[in-house]
Amino acid sequence: MGSTVQYVLYLAVLVALAIPLGKYISKAMGGEKVFLSKLVRPCENVIYKALRIDPAAEMGWKKYLLCALAFNAFGLAVLFAVLMLQGVLPWNPQGFGGMSWHLAFNTAVSFVTNTNWQTYSGEVALSNFSQAMGLTVQNFVSAACGIAVLFALVRGLVRAGGKGVGNFWADLVRSVLYIMLPVCLVTSIALAGLGVPQSLGGGKTVDLVEPIAVQQTADGYEVIPGAQADPETGIVTVDGAAVPGAKVVTKQYVPLYPQASQVAPKQAGTNGGGILGTNSAHPFENPNPWTNLIEMTLLLLIPVALCFSFGRSVKSRKQGVAIFLAMFILLAAALGAVAVAEQAGTPQLAQDGGVTVSATDGQPGGNMEGKETRFGIATSATWAAYTTAASNGSVNSMHDSYTPLGGMVPMLLMMLGEVVFGGVGCGLYGMIGFVILTVFIAGLMVGRTPEYLGKKVGPREMRMAVLLCLATPIAILVGSGVATLLPATADALGNGGAHGLSEVLYNYASAGGNNGSAFAGMGCDTPFLNVSLGLVMLFARFVPMAATLAIAGSMVCKRKVAEGAGTLSTSNGMFVFLLILIVLIIGALSFFPALSLGPIAEFTQMTGLG
Amino acid sequence: MKQTLLRAGGMLLAMMVLCGLVYTLLVTGVSQLLFPRQANGSIITVDGKSYGSELLGQQFTDDGHLWGRVMNVDVNSFTDENGEPVMYAWASNLSPAGEEYDALIAERLAALRAANPDMEDAAVPADLVTCSGSGLDPEISPDAAEYQVPRIAKARGVPEDTVREAIRACTKGRALGLFGEPRVNVLKVNLVLDGVLPA
Repeated sequence: MGSTVQYVLYLAVLVALAIPLGKYISKAMGGEKVFLSKLVRPCENVIYKALRIDPAAEMGWKKYLLCALAFNAFGLAVLFAVLMLQGVLPWNPQGFGGMSWHLAFNTAVSFVTNTNWQTYSGEVALSNFSQAMGLTVQNFVSAACGIAVLFALVRGLVRAGGKGVGNFWADLVRSVLYIMLPVCLVTSIALAGLGVPQSLGGGKTVDLVEPIAVQQTADGYEVIPGAQADPETGIVTVDGAAVPGAKVVTKQYVPLYPQASQVAPKQAGTNGGGILGTNSAHPFENPNPWTNLIEMTLLLLIPVALCFSFGRSVKSRKQGVAIFLAMFILLAAALGAVAVAEQAGTPQLAQDGGVTVSATDGQPGGNMEGKETRFGIATSATWAAYTTAASNGSVNSMHDSYTPLGGMVPMLLMMLGEVVFGGVGCGLYGMIGFVILTVFIAGLMVGRTPEYLGKKVGPREMRMAVLLCLATPIAILVGSGVATLLPATADALGNGGAHGLSEVLYNYASAGGNNGSAFAGMGCDTPFLNVSLGLVMLFARFVPMAATLAIAGSMVCKRKVAEGAGTLSTSNGMFVFLLILIVLIIGALSFFPALSLGPIAEFTQMTGLG
Repeated sequence: MKQTLLRAGGMLLAMMVLCGLVYTLLVTGVSQLLFPRQANGSIITVDGKSYGSELLGQQFTDDGHLWGRVMNVDVNSFTDENGEPVMYAWASNLSPAGEEYDALIAERLAALRAANPDMEDAAVPADLVTCSGSGLDPEISPDAAEYQVPRIAKARGVPEDTVREAIRACTKGRALGLFGEPRVNVLKVNLVLDGVLPA
């Protein structure tokens, strides 16, 4: 019962903050006056002036797309170069060398596409320069690109006649200056105050209270179980007998980075790429329930707010509310499923009653493998549902260690195309693709003309909407299909059997959904996996983006038709139900065969049914 | 076309200065000024000697110390300035549903029962036999701490209530009584038991 309250409150806080933010975003992106205008407008104008941009100059959809692609291409090239050259760049107190070409390619693509898939662990691979000047910058601008394209689509739907869908540069600058920067400045400083480190000093070491005895093996040092170590003399004994050649480890590594300033945009921009390998499960990224509340709310805040912005910007709030409801119902259902599966744990953990898996006042119970004590089951399950509903991909518990069904739900959320709120901007434009599809299918069923927001949906828009909806399933299925055919993939897996297939499936779903979370037991730092996952991410980011702008471009030329008796309402309960159904049908049809060989097979094995 | 490319490059540069340089330095400056302890890793320092970060778990195996989560210890990724290995830890990423996991948990359960004979067949809290998400979880549940009280008291030759008091002093509840879980900071309890920190 206690944890049910937690689930409900987490959702309530999120929605309560998203409604006013949605209104603010709609105003700011429309160039209306907001409370930050006095402060921000001068900065905005400096950028326009320096780059000779006229923010009022309208672009057609092709020009808009070209600008977006050019900006992303530069971002990709510069980030790729920074990662390979970090050894000779400044702000490198850790003394790291450059990344390999394929890892740098994968990482650069990952951050530019708002995926933030991480093959590496930050604390053993990246300098402060790469983190702050490379990754943090993309955390801001990749999110801003999503918001920009969404508002181009909104203009396409609202305007009648003409060709312009807005100005990409102005949209980008406004998204960063009015939305991302203020949100991140406030939250990053709050996070630092609550315990998240913010330092340019590089890592340091501290003494351990109990030293650890290790010995050299072929694979490096290994801990000697049951050994007593004397730090003074360096002598290691097991049951009183001295172990020759043993070593005593007396220090622990403390990874200090500008964490707080990267954690904020990683959450707010549905990026998810943490500074440290274990992401927001690490006590240095997320040290307590307070920081968790901030980070987890931030994770879905802008995607939820954008539903309300959409309603305001298309001058029909109930259209925004209808989309919000469809997404919210899917999120709540997924959250409930993960929560139940994780609290139940597994028979392998429960040991016939030897281990407590039910929650009590003094311990969380459940499947605690890969979960932090301070988060327990409720806070971990909520984060898992949020982060895969949004295309965030940050984690506060390890998804690879979820129960078979508990891990399948996050996977499914990604496979649905990241439209349950999804990424900042791109989640909503992805969902609008599904809305157009639903309008069309529902129209066929009842013999009505397909229309959305007073605009007729023609064959061209339908083709683009199908492309928008199917890009993710195609990318995931082709990618994971090819990967499973290669013998080398089996060596990369962290777990065998059905769970091994789940690892491949999850990781390509993560890349194809531009999510970035992982079943991290799989070691993905091979040229094939780095490059193929990189290509999947590029495809799944830019094909839908282009399709969206094409829809905007063809919609903007159309005249509005008056709503009549033959118009299908896109804001009532029936439509919400149909929309959910279409999303689920496309997701289930695409992925059911694969899921039944992975997580569902593992579930039947676990319970002894298989 | 040329103009678009120039603008794209210029915009990226502007964003790198604004969101990379200015933003990072601003947040670092403010944090270091207002929260120097937190911004530098929440290191526990007593009389000039540092005893680790209160946010990072350490491995404890002495009977007289409180034990934390199972740690997947790594002594190969980091070295100190003299090239000596330094300890760190990661998540296990194991599936909790396989046969191997079954055997692993059975082994851990047996080891815990052997080390805590006073607890006999009492069920062990799940957090005591599992590896955490970061591998560096600094905390365990209050029940997991209570489970170890008789062992610690015996090893130290102190009354059980002395140990309980140390645990209570290092226990935190849910935020606002609602969010997160109650938990005990393992390193702090041990520093209190060792007399380094005041109870």
